[in-house]
Amino acid sequence: MNAANAYAYFPGCSLHGTACDYGQSTEQMCERLDIELLELEDWNCCGSSPAHMVNPWLALGLVGRNLRLAGQTGLDTVVLPCAACYARFKETQHALKDPETAARIEYVAGGAVPSDLKIEPLLGVLGKPEIRVKLHDYQQRSLDGLKLAPYYGCLLTRPSEVAQFDDPEDPQSLDELLKALGAEVVSWPGKVSCCGASLPISRPELVWRMSGQLLAWAAEAGADAIVTACPMCHSNLDTRQGQIRRAGLGDYHLPIFYFTQVVGYALGLDESQLGIGRHLTNAKGLLGRRRPVVTQAG
Amino acid sequence: MRSSQRAAQSVAALDLSLPQEPDLLEYIERTTGENVRNCYQCGKCAAGCPLSAAMDLQPQQILRALQLGQTDLIFASDTLWLCVSCQTCVTRCPCEVDLPRVMDALRSWAIVHHHAAAQREVVAFQRTFIKSIELTGRVYEVGLIGGYNVTSGHLFSSFDLAAPMVLKGKIKPLPRRVKAMDEVAGIFRRAQEVQQREARSGRAQEEKGGSH
Repeated sequence: MNAANAYAYFPGCSLHGTACDYGQSTEQMCERLDIELLELEDWNCCGSSPAHMVNPWLALGLVGRNLRLAGQTGLDTVVLPCAACYARFKETQHALKDPETAARIEYVAGGAVPSDLKIEPLLGVLGKPEIRVKLHDYQQRSLDGLKLAPYYGCLLTRPSEVAQFDDPEDPQSLDELLKALGAEVVSWPGKVSCCGASLPISRPELVWRMSGQLLAWAAEAGADAIVTACPMCHSNLDTRQGQIRRAGLGDYHLPIFYFTQVVGYALGLDESQLGIGRHLTNAKGLLGRRRPVVTQAG
Repeated sequence: MRSSQRAAQSVAALDLSLPQEPDLLEYIERTTGENVRNCYQCGKCAAGCPLSAAMDLQPQQILRALQLGQTDLIFASDTLWLCVSCQTCVTRCPCEVDLPRVMDALRSWAIVHHHAAAQREVVAFQRTFIKSIELTGRVYEVGLIGGYNVTSGHLFSSFDLAAPMVLKGKIKPLPRRVKAMDEVAGIFRRAQEVQQREARSGRAQEEKGGSH
């Protein structure tokens, strides 16, 4: 294994379930970019929002065990596609800085927890200069003519002291990535606004309003689609468009992509390989309607 | 009582004549490391909060009630349970109060001290989610929705999405269970033990208890 491009990989529950299209496109895209993903052996849920909301120690302990598993891979970096998992891992690492808290986290986690692993969001890996070079060299289709709304949501960048990724109010990493592939990035007010997070089951009407507002903003900005790096955001924006329509809050039919699907498509992967047909709001055909320009030979 | 009426009453009730619980502020500051007393009510948190319109107490009013020791007001409001921890307020707070962290600690206190939650459905979802982790080590969506519907009494909630999600292959038939479930069970047991100890003991007792 080429250690420079190998990462300990934490997919999280969503990527094995309702966001299986994110998992599929992540693996396909990384293979094209020679990024090796070594999935943690027997990982457990990071606790997501409910664990820290009910018992912060439970949240820290659950991630603590995962960090231990990541340490056992011998790799120095763990990569996470899911924004919520990323936030929980970073929060735990932040908490480990305090020795007294660290001792308690290790007690709850049931053993030593490494504090020195690098924790990176998959979107961050795509910003590395060497990966950008590969993206340029391996790109087979241009996204020229596509107008995309980059959507970061909450947990990739906030709170910045903990997340240590991009700017919390006006992040640019996804903008730059999409532009590098030839897409036009629309300026819109929703890039860091909350989609409604974990409320769609318990208070769906609030999520319809919050996600509906994002869809309205993106549509007003002339976007052909929204691009996200979070399975929860994708679920709220993609899955709930029918309910939003039936609630009289707007009729959008706006495709929602994971960034891995858009990047994968530019790298020459097919829609079926990227799980684009699995969305509840039809997203098929949009990327292909644009001129499939070959910019570089394979 | 409708939430708007409750909100009006709550705002009017922010005065010193109400019963106070000074332990709560001490607990919050001790466990979160946040200086709640720094808040001077600028309202920037509420201005950026995506859920403030649905809350009866605004986020900064939670801090004010804490400063005044008005525990009952905090636990009667639905604010605690509507906060989704989006981290917008902490990003913008000029006093650097980590409000989502304070909210976590308040929910923890509410659970340990059996304060009834003003948002029954939100708590039903959280409990079901955590139960799923406790049973399999991971979150399994079918079990999650089914469990929520039984716990909350909303038996047919989200049913409109079930068929399309199965057709799109988004719902997997069987949960993938963690093999080392004994380790997960241990995490649950010890996390609860630490939470209980932390929320029941004052600073002096906690220090006497020593490290863990």
